[in-house]
Amino acid sequence: MSFLEFSHISKSYPGVQALSDVSFGVAKGAVHGLMGENGAGKSTLIRILSGDQHSDTGEINIDGQVQKYASTRDAFHAGVIVIHQELQLVPELTVAENLRLGRFPANAGVIQARQMFAEVGEKLKSAGIDIDPRRKVKTLSIGERQMVEIAKAIMLDARVIALDEPTSSLSSRESEILFALIERLRAEGKVILYISHRLDEVFRLCDSLTVLRDGKLAAHHPSLKDVTREQVVAEMVGREISNVWGWRPRELGKVRLKVEDMSGEKLPVPASFEAHAGEILGFFGLIGAGRSELMRLVYGADARRGGSMTIDGERAEIADPRQAIRAGVVLCSEDRKHDGIVQGRSLEENINISSRRHHSRFGILDLRKEVEIAETFIKKLKVRTPSRKQDIVNLSGGNQQKVILGRWLSEQGVRVLIIDEPTRGIDVGAKSEIYEILYRLAEDGMAIVVVSSELPEVMGICDRILVMCGGRISAHIDREQFSERAILAAALPDKKTPDAIAS
Amino acid sequence: MTNSFKKILLGDQGLVVIFVLAFALVSIFVPNFLTERNMLGLLQSVVTVGIVACTMMFCLAARDFDLSVGSIVAFAGMVAVMASNATGSITIGILAAILCGATVGLINGVVIAKFRINALITTLATMQIVRGLALISSDGRAVGINDPNFYQLALSKLFGVPTPIWVLLVLFVVFGFVLNRTVFGKNTLAIGGNPEASRLAGVNVDRTRIWIFTLQGAVCAIAGILLASRITSGQPNAAVGLELSVISACVLGGVSLAGGRAAIAGVIVGVMIMGIAENVMNLLNIPAFYQYIVRGVILLLAVLLDNLRSNALGRR
Repeated sequence: MSFLEFSHISKSYPGVQALSDVSFGVAKGAVHGLMGENGAGKSTLIRILSGDQHSDTGEINIDGQVQKYASTRDAFHAGVIVIHQELQLVPELTVAENLRLGRFPANAGVIQARQMFAEVGEKLKSAGIDIDPRRKVKTLSIGERQMVEIAKAIMLDARVIALDEPTSSLSSRESEILFALIERLRAEGKVILYISHRLDEVFRLCDSLTVLRDGKLAAHHPSLKDVTREQVVAEMVGREISNVWGWRPRELGKVRLKVEDMSGEKLPVPASFEAHAGEILGFFGLIGAGRSELMRLVYGADARRGGSMTIDGERAEIADPRQAIRAGVVLCSEDRKHDGIVQGRSLEENINISSRRHHSRFGILDLRKEVEIAETFIKKLKVRTPSRKQDIVNLSGGNQQKVILGRWLSEQGVRVLIIDEPTRGIDVGAKSEIYEILYRLAEDGMAIVVVSSELPEVMGICDRILVMCGGRISAHIDREQFSERAILAAALPDKKTPDAIAS
Repeated sequence: MTNSFKKILLGDQGLVVIFVLAFALVSIFVPNFLTERNMLGLLQSVVTVGIVACTMMFCLAARDFDLSVGSIVAFAGMVAVMASNATGSITIGILAAILCGATVGLINGVVIAKFRINALITTLATMQIVRGLALISSDGRAVGINDPNFYQLALSKLFGVPTPIWVLLVLFVVFGFVLNRTVFGKNTLAIGGNPEASRLAGVNVDRTRIWIFTLQGAVCAIAGILLASRITSGQPNAAVGLELSVISACVLGGVSLAGGRAAIAGVIVGVMIMGIAENVMNLLNIPAFYQYIVRGVILLLAVLLDNLRSNALGRR
């Protein structure tokens, strides 16, 4: 048995089988890569390893012992440290204080500061981390903070260290320091789980590799000697696209939406694209590729630095969402809970929130009309709810998405519908219903922009795909040329551009 | 049995049930409670809190907070009296007071909505500034009313019911309508429910919030004018601590401090419960010092009830 052994791990969430029967092992003193598309089950696996979630079946063995965690604390004590993309440090405290948080060297409650700084400094030095323990964490760069997180793992004598996309916000120089540290940890005999989208890094660092796909083990390579990158990409996607998408050819009209040189704080590189009447245009990319950021700029949700757009050839001045709606551009956000639904209010109110400006007079609601609109769209979009008075929080994700669609379809003169992650957290049945709604809207001449991290989805429903990578549009692919490899190759940030991302 | 009781208590009508029970008990056991005179006195005593609660309800429903109401009531009362005295016109006095109140509210609103300063801090600041203005304007002394007609604002009666009570009732109806039947009211509730989603749905969040505070200021001024008339002078120290009574009443009335949930019926009941508690304690000759304790306990119970109710809602 290997030092770290996952056996028959399964985990399901309502409507989704996140992991099914995943088994693999990692040897001591190995850096093990974990790859897969978004939603393949990597983060669920890591969550189970960290004690944050519990698997439905299966067990984890470390050094021959079965691990039963009730909480992340237990995992911690078992020597499992997961370093997430969002770092968990207290910015106002010093490096040493962060590293000894909860275990301060104290005498009658008074922190022995000198002793603490000396000890921590010693440890950092021996780990080869060149950071002054007296500095406050808020003065550190992201890369240095990552080092501190890893130092935390070292100080706790971790046996298993999992790194989730550690280089996603590092410059290439910082990445090099991180890699050196990982090499050192390997030499000390730790087990390192390295989760990354970056093939280059995985092939450079890792001794072995596991690929997950759709929550299942797609491949396990105990050694990377004879494995090619193409092979790994194929293992990551390797799915056949069936016809569950229900795509059908459509007549495309003239250019509806034309976006030129759009840029903002989170999207420094200007982006341009066009969408035609009747077209479903897909935007694919990994998380953080800048797709949602671009859409928020188009919709006026975030402040722009530059750029212009035209709708049906006419210049559209859109500075905020209200102007966007008036110009016929609407957005269904990726984060429905935070940006979409109004909690505590009914379906009826959630549907009418925008369109009531058409039927209310002098600010007074037309209650009959509100009911009529709510009933119409509940029926038309097949929203499953006991009543229009139901609090939207109580609906399933798919039904909430339909309500948000109803909100926009009840608006008048919508010409461009942007829908970000249209089926995230939505079960299969509701998915095809939502696709069907999109097709019908496109047939009526709407331009539809679909943003998705799910490759099969964009390939299944879109007429054309723009791929984004590191804040730029990196490829432009027509339906006839759709291929998983081409799209994924354009989306993976293999060419060294992390400096651009870090800035 | 306990379950269904719980359901009633934590449901939408829970407060009304509590109110009816309390009212019935008090009517039976407290002598002189259920008399016409005491009822009018009770309503008179809740006029200030009730009027201000109308707009505080909007504030809280939009996830905001206003601590400056007590100071605005006092300041507006001073302005009404002083402007009437100076010009000889009560109408000008009233208009000046409402204008001043609305201006303070507007400033609150702009600072909070446009400069994104926390509402608690902003109104804590204006609360002190405005109280200071009220004190400075009269050198800390009460200002007498010259024109006896000013008293009539509070003393005059219609169908045997004093004018301030009519004003209160009218404002309850108006703001109940505004909350449930206008775009402004629905936008207020939506902002409280989820401000970012509301913005992305095309709601003009900043403008709505500014309007809420401006209205709050104007309505406080109305309360201040009526109060000045009733106490027959402009008192710079009037309505100290009013903000707490008003917020207590709103919370007691089921207005969620987390925003997005409010109903005028609840607020009316909340105001009445606070009023009855005080009225009964007076009838029973309970010393004023103890009344603070009772008010505090009622507020605490109200917040606990709010918490229980949100949990119950969340679990459903």
